[in-house]
Amino acid sequence: MENLVLQALSGLASASSLFLVASGLTVIFGVSRVVNFAHGSLYMLGAYLAWTLVTTLPRGHLGFWGGVIGAALLVGLIGLLVEVLLLRRIYRAPELFQLLATFGVVLIVQDLALMTWGAQDLLGPRAPGLRGSVEIVGLRFPLYELFLIGVGPVVLALLWLLFHRTRWGTLVRAATQDREMVGALGVNQRMLFTSVFFLGSLLAGLGGALQLPRESVNLHMDLSIITEAFVVVVVGGLGSLSGAALAALLIGELHAFGILIVPKITLVLVFLVMALVLVVRPHGLLGKPEAAARGGQGSAEPVIGPAPPALRWLALAALAVAVVLPPFLGDYAVSVLTELAIFVLFAASLHLIMGPGGMASFGHAAYFGLGAYGAALAAQWLGAPMLAGLALAPLMAGIFGLVFGYFCVRLSGVYAAMLTLAFAQIAWSVAFQWVEVTGGDNGILGVWPDAWAAPKLVYYYLALALCLGATLFLRRVVHAPFGYALRAQRDSTLRAEAIGIDAFRIRWLGFALAAAAAGIAGGLFAYGKGSVFPTYMGIPRSVDALLMVLLGGVQTLSGPIIGALAFTGLQEQLVRLTDLWRLILGCIIVLLVLFFPQGLAGAARARWEARHGDA
Amino acid sequence: MATLEVEGLTKSFGGVRAVQGVTFAVEPGEMLALIGPNGAGKSTCFNMLNGQLRPDAGRVRLMGRDITGIAPRQVWRLGVGRTFQITATFGSMTVLENVQMALLSHHRRLGQLWRPVARMDAAPARALLDRLGMADQAARPCGILAYGDLKRVELAIALANEPKLLLMDEPTAGMAPQERVSLMALTADIARESGIAVLFTEHDMDVVFSHADRILVLDRGRLIAEGEPAVVRADPKVREVYLGSGAVTGAH
Repeated sequence: MENLVLQALSGLASASSLFLVASGLTVIFGVSRVVNFAHGSLYMLGAYLAWTLVTTLPRGHLGFWGGVIGAALLVGLIGLLVEVLLLRRIYRAPELFQLLATFGVVLIVQDLALMTWGAQDLLGPRAPGLRGSVEIVGLRFPLYELFLIGVGPVVLALLWLLFHRTRWGTLVRAATQDREMVGALGVNQRMLFTSVFFLGSLLAGLGGALQLPRESVNLHMDLSIITEAFVVVVVGGLGSLSGAALAALLIGELHAFGILIVPKITLVLVFLVMALVLVVRPHGLLGKPEAAARGGQGSAEPVIGPAPPALRWLALAALAVAVVLPPFLGDYAVSVLTELAIFVLFAASLHLIMGPGGMASFGHAAYFGLGAYGAALAAQWLGAPMLAGLALAPLMAGIFGLVFGYFCVRLSGVYAAMLTLAFAQIAWSVAFQWVEVTGGDNGILGVWPDAWAAPKLVYYYLALALCLGATLFLRRVVHAPFGYALRAQRDSTLRAEAIGIDAFRIRWLGFALAAAAAGIAGGLFAYGKGSVFPTYMGIPRSVDALLMVLLGGVQTLSGPIIGALAFTGLQEQLVRLTDLWRLILGCIIVLLVLFFPQGLAGAARARWEARHGDA
Repeated sequence: MATLEVEGLTKSFGGVRAVQGVTFAVEPGEMLALIGPNGAGKSTCFNMLNGQLRPDAGRVRLMGRDITGIAPRQVWRLGVGRTFQITATFGSMTVLENVQMALLSHHRRLGQLWRPVARMDAAPARALLDRLGMADQAARPCGILAYGDLKRVELAIALANEPKLLLMDEPTAGMAPQERVSLMALTADIARESGIAVLFTEHDMDVVFSHADRILVLDRGRLIAEGEPAVVRADPKVREVYLGSGAVTGAH
């Protein structure tokens, strides 16, 4: 019983920290509609800067608390800088491009932090005056945790006062409800956005700085907190401060008690709750549906015409190289090419959802991984031959695509994207924690191709044929009535329904088809590597797929193909050449977003069309 | 038999009674106008007819069949074409492709994964566009079309499933006066030729009085007058509703 009380209290302390970060994220999203992936990086910077300041400043109250506040302010300024230099220029870009840009910032910050503070974990001093512990129901409880429990409500109260008692706060609330209207009323939106970013970043920095006495500062803080913060914000309802508080409480306590009750599924618990909340309440606990954007036709996607002849020749040339060259290459190069072919299909499958479908998926790796596990499990437990495994891969991914997609495609925008992420995380943690069947973290080894396909070169041609075939099939689909129906519901659900198109069904089937195609890629990857691991379904791989599609451009299928080749090739080379590949890749992403907002293929197409004068 | 019969249609939003006990019918080939001042309940009424809104009470019958409260896409399948007050077309497709989509959906071919759309139902789509004087625009993207042309595209789309009933919400809003007359004359021609019943709302009284066979007048959710244009024009209740606007006389 006493244990439960302490557990509840430590749950409250986590909830408090979580709320600080999530409140900043939700305020920023509410006003700017930017899904700020870099928010976790700001949190991490808060912790690192606090460490530097606290260890440099003289010891004592002033040094510690001054350091914490100073770190929060510095992070606020960094956030402000990111807004002014980067985000301000891309507010009109599609939501996912903003996400891509902030992800570039994540990569940059990771390497900068590594350069500045090194790879080892840093331990901060404990808070002066709060070192001891108090006795609660006969057990000892750290004072600092108690202090943290108080911080959350205090910050919530201050934010409430700020938003309800000041003119600035009223403007922020107004902009959260209807940004265009606030603009039309002559409010200086730039100042408003910049100041909101400052506040949001400051809160993230404060959240990070206050972790200093609790845990070591390390380079993984950014991604671990951002997923949790996203969960909190989405469960609470995007843009809703009280929702974030409620959700932080829920998630904090869930963590605390989940460990006691069902230790086996701790990793998945949070995402299960998020999935459940989103299925029951599509806009989170306290969120409201977004105000529909005005001026309907303004942001229409361009018409898809036949590919320009130059592109056709280029594609044929690339194909000729892909077929003729490999026999003259070494094993390593051939396996790199195999991977390239696989990732082209992976990106192309995501493109079907994002381009024609108009939906976002943050969890597409789930279907890649499910395909890989489908093949590996068949090989491991049924002794299935390779071709049977490869046939099972898309089946497994497709079936789960149907099940998960049934829920995901009902939602819209960021909520839909977050639900795909939740399902992917659920799949990931099942693979990670169901050790008896999946081998857990150790994965499944010995998934080798049949003897006839064992030579690297033969396997390459097999992968090339299957990936190319599947990608070309997806291309046919985009140009066939089904692909048009997908675009129809994306362009105008109202019109689609008015001509008898069942938008939900079309989206659902499109999602499942994309999942099955990703499954083929996953199955091929499994046999290519000879093993599968839970990381195949992890967030980084989903992000990779997003990067490929967005780098290339979502308009036509040439985009993800070029994006996959560019991204995989670039990463491969950068990792080999330099330790600072994250920094360089991040900078490249940011520059691409700033200067090629339509992606590489989109930019090339625009140039080609400008030169040939048919707009 | 009347194409559309509406009986006691009622809808409230919170405390606002948007439509109260509206009853009327439309005959094949008839142009019936639904008019009334802003907020009279015209759009609400419309949205209940094609299933976008579910009425609180009342019945909607199409060719004698009860269609009350069924989804828009099912209403469409039963032969009801719809154009919107604010045009809704597929902006990433050409004019021709927009019409092809309606035809493909009508023929239940949208599930096909292999044959390119370019070669499917193109000829009948062209014929429809030709009928509406849009043939020369067929290859242009809908996203860059002038508003008046979009209205015509919508009409072509609405005609694609050989409808028995056309619902047109403000079909000429945003068009030049000249265009309005020609579009409505064309609509009337098509309606008479194919026996299509047309129900339309409209703010432009010139359009209403020169093209409607019959007129319904809504005010604050209730039908206050119904009849041929001359009768409605003379109705004192209608004059009262429109008093001061001078619109009923058709003078500008």
